[in-house]
Amino acid sequence: MADEIKRREFVAIVGVLGATAVAGCSSTAPQQSAQNSAAAPSNGAQAQKALATEPEAFTFLTPPEQAFVSAACDRIIPAEPPGPSASQAGVPYYIDHQLAGAWGNGARMYRPGPWRQGTPEQGYQLALVPAEVYRAAIRAIDEHCNKKYNGNFSGLTPAQQDEALGGLEKGSIDLGVIPATTFFSMLLANTIEGYFADPLYGGNRDKAGWKMIGFPGVAAVYTRHIDQDYGKQYVVPPVSIADVQQGLVQDDMDQMHVAMVRAMQPRNSFGKGR
Amino acid sequence: MATKLKSVDALTIGVGWTGGIIAAELTKAGLHVVGLERGEYRNTSPDFQVPQVHDELSYAVRLKLFQDAGVETVTFRNDASQTALPLRYLIGFLPGTGLGGAGVHWNGTTWRFLPWDFETRSKTIARYGASMLAPECTSQDWGITYAELEPFYDRFEYQAGIAGKAGNLKGKIQPGGNPFEGPRSREYPNPPMKTAYQSALFRDATAKLGYHPFVMPSANVTTAYTNPDGATFGACVYCGYCERFACEMYAKSSPQLAVLPVALKTGRYDLREGVNVVRINLDNTRRRAVSVTYVDGAGGEFEQPADMIFLTSFILNNVRMLLISGIGTPYDPSTGRGNVGRNYAYQANTGATYFFEDKTFNPFMGSGANGMVFDDFNGDNFDHAGAGFIGGADINVNPTGGRPIQYHPVPPGTPSWGVAWKQAVAKWYSHAFNANAQGGVQSYRANYLDLDPTYRDAFGLPLLRMTFDWGPYELKQSAYMADVLGKVGKALGASQTAVRPLKGHYTTQAYQSTHNTGGAIMGSSPASSVVNKYLQSWDVPNLFVLGASAFPQNAGYNPTGTVCALAYHTADAVLKRYVKKPGPLAG
Ligand SMILES: Cc1cc2nc3c(=O)[nH]c(=O)nc-3n(C[C@H](O)[C@H](O)[C@H](O)COP(=O)(O)OP(=O)(O)OC[C@H]3O[C@@H](n4cnc5c(N)ncnc54)[C@H](O)[C@@H]3O)c2cc1C
Repeated sequence: MADEIKRREFVAIVGVLGATAVAGCSSTAPQQSAQNSAAAPSNGAQAQKALATEPEAFTFLTPPEQAFVSAACDRIIPAEPPGPSASQAGVPYYIDHQLAGAWGNGARMYRPGPWRQGTPEQGYQLALVPAEVYRAAIRAIDEHCNKKYNGNFSGLTPAQQDEALGGLEKGSIDLGVIPATTFFSMLLANTIEGYFADPLYGGNRDKAGWKMIGFPGVAAVYTRHIDQDYGKQYVVPPVSIADVQQGLVQDDMDQMHVAMVRAMQPRNSFGKGR
Repeated sequence: MATKLKSVDALTIGVGWTGGIIAAELTKAGLHVVGLERGEYRNTSPDFQVPQVHDELSYAVRLKLFQDAGVETVTFRNDASQTALPLRYLIGFLPGTGLGGAGVHWNGTTWRFLPWDFETRSKTIARYGASMLAPECTSQDWGITYAELEPFYDRFEYQAGIAGKAGNLKGKIQPGGNPFEGPRSREYPNPPMKTAYQSALFRDATAKLGYHPFVMPSANVTTAYTNPDGATFGACVYCGYCERFACEMYAKSSPQLAVLPVALKTGRYDLREGVNVVRINLDNTRRRAVSVTYVDGAGGEFEQPADMIFLTSFILNNVRMLLISGIGTPYDPSTGRGNVGRNYAYQANTGATYFFEDKTFNPFMGSGANGMVFDDFNGDNFDHAGAGFIGGADINVNPTGGRPIQYHPVPPGTPSWGVAWKQAVAKWYSHAFNANAQGGVQSYRANYLDLDPTYRDAFGLPLLRMTFDWGPYELKQSAYMADVLGKVGKALGASQTAVRPLKGHYTTQAYQSTHNTGGAIMGSSPASSVVNKYLQSWDVPNLFVLGASAFPQNAGYNPTGTVCALAYHTADAVLKRYVKKPGPLAG
């Protein structure tokens, strides 16, 4: 039964996409339009069943750091409508996994010295990788909050938290070697990433970030739409990478697109072939 | 000790657009070519397939396909009084790596430069007098004209399947095209891209203002196309994952689609990936390149000799390789002597966002290059008397796909986080679009490339040092374009218009383009250039240096159409003349 619901919802997506490829395939047309209208309100109206996701567990952040990150990203993206808060969307897990992984440990970062302070135009010049920045910055922020408000950041009132975050954003809080603005822009960027990245990374749970703005996710064949129906919103439930890989959109996909895992090209055979 | 390999007719250092073009042209003519590419082998299937390739975080934010700054970066300073520091993360420009180079993850906007662009200096003096040129401006003529390059633009457009509408066919202005472009010998090989609502509004508003909008020329191929060499392409589906992504549809023209299959079919192309070229070796006359040395993934060193060496490693590494190999004289900004590294330039973009209370868009539909453009303020298409700058910008709307981590416009004054921000993101996502004036950049005495004295790459080689800031023209040009973009906002009836003129110093901390140019510039004399109009080194005539490194300054356009036309021009001269009589190509 649950399967059927999922399936119908995905068929609806596929109906829209399928229409782009199956030129003049009249037998599918009425069915598609019915499904399109059934799928119309995208923003949370028909709760899609969540796919199996990664276990909700922290691997890098310590408990006080978890508390800080959850509290801070919930001030960046609070629970007020439309859409869930950052932590409701799983963003703290996203940040944790990023810090534990390649990016947090300095992937794609040039690390040989000498280290010097640069100009703003020269960008990031700390010897610390992002995971180290988070660790040191959170400790310093909690120290600041204890001094000023008599408690860790996570225990403060929303107004106090906003004041502290504002201080970081303006650079008026001393975090030792880490410029407060550097940490704040990292936290802000990571929160936004977690809210809008594919759910496979641990955030954007139930594709809530995508639903909030009406972003259709990975499935995308718009040949028949881009220059049609000017001014009309294209509304479909979003599709994630896992949706496709778990076969939830497969059967009905445009044969030129998502469902088709192309035969691997042998080495040195390029071009589309015929 | 390096293992010495068997000599071949030609080799390319790097296999992106220029390396791929050389490989196809030379192997078709019967020569044996080795392609040496530092990055990995990759192809449309299985590497570029959905759903994985539609992953914004991995590709667009964590920069999966780009040069790894941990291995090699660039050091940067705004002026020579500062100490250059390494770009710890590459952000402002993103060189490619891997088979196909940046030709895999480019957008595909494919321009011909204006006839004026090739003769910037002499035409400026002719129209406005010598006083129009700022004393520090070192922009110069290219040593080649648009008319000479036209057949090779045509070649590239047909090989790559470019989509567009001619604006000038053999001197006759065509409705629907760019009336300012130089004459073309024939129509584009593919029809123009479809027009999204944003672009349609922009077209109507700019036409109302008296400008001349047309559909942006695109390497996002619009039909199932077969090029003159028999290479095949699919049609673009406007999926909205183009720039920074690879195309799953065989539709974004790339070396993999347009030229590498042609080279491989001959059986005379030997493609080696995962090999980093560290040096070009000269003989003791220092007038002949005998080989290159490369290092493989296990640290093995190899020496590959070749009769002809094509340096096709993108502008930054082209210049670095010349300097590391001791070819030519490094530029010295204090004396103005030497040419290698001179005239580094870039692109000066002026952005705008238009917000509409009453209009709805689907920002996620799009392609790398499917927009609407007008050229009324590009090159010398308008009177610059009193403007305080030379050159100009193409002004465009190009819906490339509203992927939400990087695209969530909010009106100026919106806080950057919190409830108000969240509500603004939700409110405006489908009710706004961006425009851009893509400005040219002139060359100046103080802007240049050389080797960094301190920082090295993972192979132990000095990093390239970039010294660059906006010159007097760019800031004025940007202010001018911001005015135009503001006017367009009014004509569009936008509820709010935000324009972003350039201010202060050039920064590496926001992506602007990977349209880096110069440093191994072309020209008509060895006194003022590194290569001749065939991109042949003046100092080492069996070495050809291809890419935007040859641009003496940059136009108000994306570079690749011109980069690739020049590559075809080189291949033509090599095959028709050089192989018969190796040596400097005159005239
Ligand atoms: C995100 C992005 C968007 C772009 N969009 C557009 C656009 O819309 N329109 C446009 O005109 N242009 C665009 N460009 C620019 C375009 O991609 C380049 O102009 C074009 O690819 C240049 O061709 P090339 O052969 O000079 O260099 P590339 O295509 O980059 O190829 C150079 C190759 O050399 C290899 N290499 C470098 N050093 C070595 C070494 N030491 N040993 C071995 N191999 C080496 C590199 O790995 C790379 O594969 C874009 C670029 C980027 C990054």
